[in-house]
Amino acid sequence: MSEPLLIDLSKRGRKAYCYPPLDLPRGFDQALPDLPEHLTRQKPARLPEVAELDVVRHFTRLSNLVHGVDNGMYPLGSCTMKYNPKLGEHIAAMEQFTHIHPLQDISTVQGCLSVMYNLLEDLSSITGMSWGSLQPCAGAHGEYTGLKMISAYFLEKGETQRRRVLIPVSAHGTNPASAAVVGFDVVEVKSNKDGLVDIEDLAPKLDETVAALMLTNPNTLGLFEKEILTISEMVHDVGGLLYYDGANLNAIMGMATPGDMGFDVLHLNLHKTFSTPHGGGGPGSGPVMVNDRLRPFLPKPDIELTDSGYVYRWDGEQSIGKVSMFWGNFLVALRAYVYILRMGSEGIKAASQHAVLNANYLAAKIGERIAIPYGKRAMHEFVASAKALRHENGTTAQDLAKTLIDEGYHPPTVYFPLLVEEALMFEPTESESVESLDRFVEAFFRVLDLAERDPEYLKEAPHHTPVGRLDEVRAVKEPELRY
Amino acid sequence: MSTINEHVRYSQDHEWVRIEGKKAYVGISDHAQAELGEIVYVELPPVGERYEQGEEISTVESVKAASAIINPIAGVVSEVNEQLDGSPELINEDCYTAHLYVLSDFDQGQYDGLLDPQAYATFLATL
Amino acid sequence: MIYPYIPHTDEDRRAMLKAIGVASIDELFSDLGADLLLEDSVPISHGRTEDEVQRMIDSIAQRNIRGIPFLGCGCYDHITPATVKALSSLPSFVTAYTPYQAEMSQGLLQAIFEFQSMVCEITGLDVANASLYDGANAAVEAASLMIASKRKATTILVSETIHPFVLNVLRTWALGTAHTIGLLPQINGTADFDQLSELLDDEVAGLIVQSPNRYGLLEDYTSVAETLHQKGMLLTISADPLSLAIQRSPAEWGADIAIGDTQALGLPLAFGGPSCGYMAVTKALMRRIPGRVVGATVDNAGRRGYTLTLQAREQHIKRERATSNICSNQALAALMTTIHLSSLGWGGMVEAASQSYAKAHYLAYHLAQLPGVTLIWDKPFWCEFPLLFNDAKRMRKFLQELRNEGIFAGVRLSTLTRKSSDELVLLVAVTEKRSREELELYLAAARRVLK
Repeated sequence: MSEPLLIDLSKRGRKAYCYPPLDLPRGFDQALPDLPEHLTRQKPARLPEVAELDVVRHFTRLSNLVHGVDNGMYPLGSCTMKYNPKLGEHIAAMEQFTHIHPLQDISTVQGCLSVMYNLLEDLSSITGMSWGSLQPCAGAHGEYTGLKMISAYFLEKGETQRRRVLIPVSAHGTNPASAAVVGFDVVEVKSNKDGLVDIEDLAPKLDETVAALMLTNPNTLGLFEKEILTISEMVHDVGGLLYYDGANLNAIMGMATPGDMGFDVLHLNLHKTFSTPHGGGGPGSGPVMVNDRLRPFLPKPDIELTDSGYVYRWDGEQSIGKVSMFWGNFLVALRAYVYILRMGSEGIKAASQHAVLNANYLAAKIGERIAIPYGKRAMHEFVASAKALRHENGTTAQDLAKTLIDEGYHPPTVYFPLLVEEALMFEPTESESVESLDRFVEAFFRVLDLAERDPEYLKEAPHHTPVGRLDEVRAVKEPELRY
Repeated sequence: MSTINEHVRYSQDHEWVRIEGKKAYVGISDHAQAELGEIVYVELPPVGERYEQGEEISTVESVKAASAIINPIAGVVSEVNEQLDGSPELINEDCYTAHLYVLSDFDQGQYDGLLDPQAYATFLATL
Repeated sequence: MIYPYIPHTDEDRRAMLKAIGVASIDELFSDLGADLLLEDSVPISHGRTEDEVQRMIDSIAQRNIRGIPFLGCGCYDHITPATVKALSSLPSFVTAYTPYQAEMSQGLLQAIFEFQSMVCEITGLDVANASLYDGANAAVEAASLMIASKRKATTILVSETIHPFVLNVLRTWALGTAHTIGLLPQINGTADFDQLSELLDDEVAGLIVQSPNRYGLLEDYTSVAETLHQKGMLLTISADPLSLAIQRSPAEWGADIAIGDTQALGLPLAFGGPSCGYMAVTKALMRRIPGRVVGATVDNAGRRGYTLTLQAREQHIKRERATSNICSNQALAALMTTIHLSSLGWGGMVEAASQSYAKAHYLAYHLAQLPGVTLIWDKPFWCEFPLLFNDAKRMRKFLQELRNEGIFAGVRLSTLTRKSSDELVLLVAVTEKRSREELELYLAAARRVLK
């Protein structure tokens, strides 16, 4: 089942692609000034020399060694692996979009700008914010951009002492990393026994040195922060701002808005909530959305609709500037726009409702046999714990996950959030039918049966994949990172 | 139960210091190495640089964790344990012989202020 | 309304609610409370059928006008083999996520390993990552890496000749932090290295330069790396990777870090995104490279396999101590580049780069004969060159006339710099894809306007 590296199939002289001959007038190529010797490359690069069919078979075989949403259920918590509609792929491949240069005259790109402008309008409505920017290329990039705006806002106000960002222990790792990259000091906020922000712990940490509190709501345990309005008031009372990590928006879109909860700025993951494909780890898109207070700080250029059409606005004096090369991952934004057009106001609400319905159904079923420490009522995802099993016979969350692979499923997220020992975080999304969920539960129970009967078997799982568990220690100690 | 060496002093960040003449050897405690698990990489500090007490000076990594080494007393890095470059697991094997680096011109007063073995044992019990 | 992306029937919903033990879906949202639950639907349009959406998009797409692009400035119209689109659209590549579970992601991991290898080969450096957002963000990551590599350093020196947008993105990065961007001035269109030594104070962590630079000119980095290394500073070279088929590689210049954007290697113009940033570093910096890195190892039965590795560097482990926050990258775009390079081979890459060079020089040579325009500096360039007009009105007429012929004649430098002093400079890019007819069409129109 293993596939050799393409470079190992190379044979000198083979070609998978031929260029047309250079058709300049005879003599010109001889007269052409050579690149000066000292600027000329000396050593050739080693790239595959193969025929077209070799390339086709190689990548087709590689794709057979990958599990995507199109292959089967992918309940990877916090990643919202929902179905990516084929219409989006079809439209994103249209040459009227793929063959447009980002620096064409503005009169020739009104279609692209219309997509971006209207998408921003829809995202504003869905989040309850005033406006946004599509420049950030991924969720973490959106966090960076949002926090940069917060930094610029306080710089503008002369409140340079606000160097602290509060982040719950349950947060995604990108939250503290983004805050640190922007230059803030990170202060952790504890969770209470219900898995929610511990207000007793939060209160004394709030003062005039706080720039912002970053929250995911529902949080990474899949629980809705019920005290959000109180928290929002507490943060704003000391002059801080509230940042919403939109990773879990799929639980509430159309039902409630971060704007109403008091958030000042947020990022979205179009590749999660708005059904654009994850592409094996990107490209995603992480638009930032803001309320009026932060609007002047949005990245440049803004897009405006005037009597003569859409125009770029470069004149924002308070703008933080650009955060990506051109205008962001346009083709990803286009797919998200198509998804919103297709679903409409009722559809996006239905998506969240069914995502929550599916998660609760799965939790009810799975909870019959494994602990869900923070209660069985969840929003769009829930976190189970293999702690008991581990104490009983040494079976870990990792063992369960690896054995699920043999059942043909992508495992849930493991060992996150850190609050839960031996965590298994399930997010089924709205895409799965009840039958699909039932089949998954049966598979998971078979794994649990195995764990009780033969824990050693699980230690060696998966057994039916092209490779088994990999030696990660060796990969770090003796790194082999290229051919 | 982690081993506590009787001939060194400890910081609350789980670093140990052993003085031998004009040299202060610095390493990580048994508790720290056990928490990390199998160590796969140690980033050693540049020789000749002065570091203050409490400054992040190096990193010790396992496959799924990275722990910052907080310099326990001020001084100038005079040597590093180059054996760790190829064999970081030496720390797991015996963390009190596998030091990370050596300080010269170190701050004796800060050394005296570190936890003695008894106090470190008490501190560990509170964790 | 039925939503094809939501498979539930009324019967399913009833059965599921019963299994959960609630009476309605609303009950599942009770934690939100009356204060937060929306009374009405959010104010966006109603849903549409697939056909309705397609028609609507068709009409929007008509408002985009295509031309023959002689546009570059970081985004180029190169020939792409048909294999790229066909193979990168395979559904499991498209719909998978980051290969956290190595056993069911070997294909993706291997493709990334091949991408890393090719980036190393092309730049000449030792270690590459799985991709970054784009060329500008690769510059930000290089800046962070250099700062983290030199104790107490705060300043990144940047050549004035790097792409204006990259400079913008770097300035945003420095905003409100302890980091500073210092500028290395230019002289006659390339970085002025005579001024380098005096700018290297203790705070400087390293230098970022770009070739081909913002004007398309190739820069000479003789002895630059040595000057920096003597002071314990690092050199980052940003380069269009296709240009490296013919111009000296970052490793050959002694660079510690190579960055750029792989757009020229198999990615469409796509209104500027997604593209794909790349980064390669020397072995000494291996454990500081940001983002995902794939390594080869063996499994429990001794079989070769691939896995994400060196993860202790990354945000999900280091959290606030990580020097980069990157999580998702541009994996699918990196895959397109990998397929593109697999199809081209080194011979194809050299062919594309050489033909771009020849065609750009052909157009430049003939344009330079015309009155009212000059090639600003007599310096080596690759596929893009700066044309200076002597008059704003003639320039506008030139651009308009060529647009009437269906030609996008170039990018005005002032579009990038927002400076009125750059308004008369037109950057013209010519790739191997431009046919002889297209070049002659350009020249004929130019001769009509500039006679």
